[in-house]
Parts: sequence; structure tokens; C-alpha cells
Amino acid sequence: MREVAILGVGMTRFGELWDSSFREIGIQAGLSALVDSKLSSQDLNALYLGNMASGTLLEQEHIAPLLMDYAGLAGHHLPAIRIEAGGASGAVALHQGYLAVASGKYDFVVVGGAEKMTDVPDVAANRILGGTADQEWESVFGATLPGLWALMARRHMHDFGTTREQLASVPVQAHEMASKNPNAHYRNKITLEQVLHAGPVAEPLGVFDCAPLSDGAAAVVLGPAERARKFTDIPVRIAASEMATDTLALQHRSSITRLDATVVAAKRAFAHAGKSPKDVQVAEIHDAYSISALLALEDLGFETKGHAGAAFADGTYGIGGRTTVNPSGGLKAQGQPFGAVGVAQVVELVRQLRGLSEARQVAGATLALSHDVGGTGATSVVHLLERMN
Amino acid sequence: MTTVARYWRETPRRYNLGGCRCPTCRTVFFPPRSVCPACVTHRRSFGKMEPFQLSGDGEVFSYSIVHDAAEGFEMQVPYVLALVKTPEGPTLTGQVVDVAPDQIRIGLRVHATFRKLREEGRAGVIHYGYKFAPVSEPLAGTGTAESASPAQAPGERGRVRA
Repeated sequence: MREVAILGVGMTRFGELWDSSFREIGIQAGLSALVDSKLSSQDLNALYLGNMASGTLLEQEHIAPLLMDYAGLAGHHLPAIRIEAGGASGAVALHQGYLAVASGKYDFVVVGGAEKMTDVPDVAANRILGGTADQEWESVFGATLPGLWALMARRHMHDFGTTREQLASVPVQAHEMASKNPNAHYRNKITLEQVLHAGPVAEPLGVFDCAPLSDGAAAVVLGPAERARKFTDIPVRIAASEMATDTLALQHRSSITRLDATVVAAKRAFAHAGKSPKDVQVAEIHDAYSISALLALEDLGFETKGHAGAAFADGTYGIGGRTTVNPSGGLKAQGQPFGAVGVAQVVELVRQLRGLSEARQVAGATLALSHDVGGTGATSVVHLLERMN
Repeated sequence: MTTVARYWRETPRRYNLGGCRCPTCRTVFFPPRSVCPACVTHRRSFGKMEPFQLSGDGEVFSYSIVHDAAEGFEMQVPYVLALVKTPEGPTLTGQVVDVAPDQIRIGLRVHATFRKLREEGRAGVIHYGYKFAPVSEPLAGTGTAESASPAQAPGERGRVRA
């Protein structure tokens, strides 16, 4: 397996992009990543596209050739592959693109993630994303995705003394970070009081504990690391790309306060790269719900089980902390276009490693981690990214 | 809208809590599975899992009070969603009914009860299945609020509709 580098990145703004179609945002992200990389379209070998639910959100399947077509590349007749893994679709697409280049089968691939969520009403979108949980044994009994994460939150509070205020500190930091991100869905700052007094969604989680439904797309260009400098001034090496799975339904897990898929993916990733959590200066982690971020910090190995709430509320993971978490604003505030999330996390981290993140730059970052989850944790993906010197 | 068959085929499980048990390691599963994931020789269990009836007993392992309902549950908000751990082993996801939201707690003893879950509009399939209701615990004679069954003294205000 050869080393793989990220040669270019691009993304759209995240939010309610009512004036843009799925195909428009998809090609905007892909072409901006290609332009960023200085790679000629002639040299491209394949597209890997992460997308959760175009079939139900848009009644449009077969979207990978569609985007190739509207990118002006249909005449190249390239392989174009759509990948679905719930909210982790984009991260799994990156894993597949990485494998394709690492194996030597392809030299240059675009990995994209795109989701158009506001072409259906909220009720329909929520039903569709409920399909990332178990329709037959969870959803049919009244379980919603926030409801299932709320079950994890309640048990975490019961077992470890995690408080409502500690949970609320997660979205407060997310909005603070996103206020400096021009691509973010929400750039307004919020207070702890606002989070605590927001309308309930699934107790103990309220409106501000839950990431929004967003439109958006993101893309990266991958190539062999030994040829990277021809296409970019500051290449970023994929030091590890690991994914793991678990039972689809929460009820079948051995623990609901730990995502074993994340634990396993993180262990594999750190072992592969010969690194540990203390080596990571900046991370983009899955914070679809406030509890998701706390579980992630524990399961990735940044905190021992049960301690993430207190650590997060103390500001350990803000700018200037040992590891800065979600400088983009995360899923909560940068936005949550499901299939695009895993790729957008990597776009943010590459810009951080290049030192181009301006107001939200993490000083001197050389090693970054991205973590994305599908459903309630049936899929988890961890990438480690390292600036090449 | 889905066909009747999709719901009809699950009725033994959703109406009667019919699970299964591995003949080798005796682990119980709900819903039933074709192969035992607990068993080191799991492939040998394929096609040999035995039917096993859950008792319907359980206790609340975790819960949430849902305000933003799943589709078809809008008329029931707020409702209590819970993970219920059964003495036979499996954990089930379902609503807890006949309990005021402020009386739900981790550890609450419940028993499965057959209820209407939701309907797909006026002309669609009506889904039935299990929910859970608190078990009346025998009064210990101490007269503490803890020992009274929530089912016997629910406040009308905020009462969860079944």
C-alpha cells in the first residue's frame, strides 16, 4: 500500500441553499477542489461520492454519474461510485477513495460528499434520517434519532454524573467557533442559558443540542504522496483511514454510553499511524447531538470514560487548548448535510494544517483527526491527517 | 405508504414478543435472529435457533421524553421512549405509557402491554405492537411516595397518552 495525500479541497457554504440544486452544489465543491489541487481533469481516474439519501430526499438515484455529467466529465467515462453509510457516508467515501489510491489501482480520485436536505419539509427529512436507525425495531415504536441519542445522554448522566450544563457547553462552543467560519450554517453566538431554556426535542436534549438539517457539499482530491508536491504547495498525508461497524439498533449494544465502533476505529487508526490522542492538535468530531461530542472524546481516547463533560465545560477543547475540537463549528453550527459531513471535516482540517484558517487557525497544527458517525453508531470512521514537511 | 405484508410478517414478534434462543449457548434474542452472534460456533446455529417467548417483564434502562415526535406519533407528544431490559436478556425499545413524565425513572419496573402504535393516515395500515406500562409494586406499608405505583396515581396534567 502506498502513501496517499490530499492535493486539493473545496466546499460550498452550508445552510438552507434554496437557490441551488443538488447537482449545482455537488459540482461546485468538486470543481473547486480540483482547481485548488492544480490537477487536470484529464488526469482524474474516479469519483467516490458520499450521499445518505438522495433517493428519498430528491427521488433521484444514480447520482455519481449525474455529478460527473454536470461537472463536464461524462465524456471521460470514468468510474463514479456512490457510497451510503448514513451520516458517515462522506467519511466512508474518503476511506474508499484512500484505498483506491493506496492500492495503486487509481492515481487521482475526487472524493465528494453532498446532501440536499431542504427540498423536502422537515417532517419528511426527519423521517428519512430516522432510516439510519432500525426501522423495524426502533422507529416503528416511536424512536427518533434525537430520541435514541437522548437515551445515551440520560444513561451517561445516570452512570457518570454528567450534567445538563456540561452537555449545553458543547453547542455554545460550536456556535462560538462557527461565528468565525464564513461557510457555516449558523454564525450567531449562543449562551448557556439559551441552550438550557430552548424548547425540548427529546429530553434531556433540546433544540440547541441538535445539529440542523443543512444543504451542502464538500470535496477533496487524493493522489499518491510521492507525487503530491507537483499539485499542491502543502500536501497533507492521510496517516490513517479506518472504519468500524456495530449493531444497527442501539438496543443490541453491550453499552449505550460507549460507541464501540468509534473505540475500534480510533485504536486501529492510532496504531496504524504510530500516534496517540495527545499528538493531535486539532480534531473535527461528530457532534450531531451534544452527547455525541462527549461520547466521541471518550471513545477516541482523549478522555477517560465519564470525564468528557467536565473537561469540555472547562474549555479544554477550545482554541488554545491541548486539542482544539471542531474549529469549523462542527455539525452543530457549521451545519449537517449528512453525506457531506465526513468530507467537510477533512476540508477544514486540511486548511488548518496548511495554516490558512485565519481567525479560527489552530497555531502550529501538524496532526489532525476527523471522526464521523452514522446513525446511532453503527458506522464510525476515523482519519488521521498529517502535514507533509 | 407500505404494503400490509411488511407489518403482517412481524406480528408474532410485535404482538406476542416471540424471540429466539441459541440451542448451543442458550442466549436469548429479540427480535429473533437467524444466527447466534454470542456463540463462538455461531455458524453452526444457522437455521437451528429455537423459538423463545419473552415474559414481557422488564425495567427501564434509559428513557427520554420525546416532544418532537416520529411521524405518526404526533398526537401522542410528549411521550416516553425507553430502553427496557428484560430478565431474559434482550433489551427492547418502546414507549412507556400510563406514567406521568415526572415519574419515569431508570430502574422503573414495567410490563409489556399490547397497544396501537400508529396509523398511516385514514386509509393506511394501522400498526399495533408492544408498549410498556409500570408494574404495580406491592405497598411496603411505609407509605412512602417511592413505593406507590405511578400507574395508581398519575396526575391528569402531563399524563402521557397511550
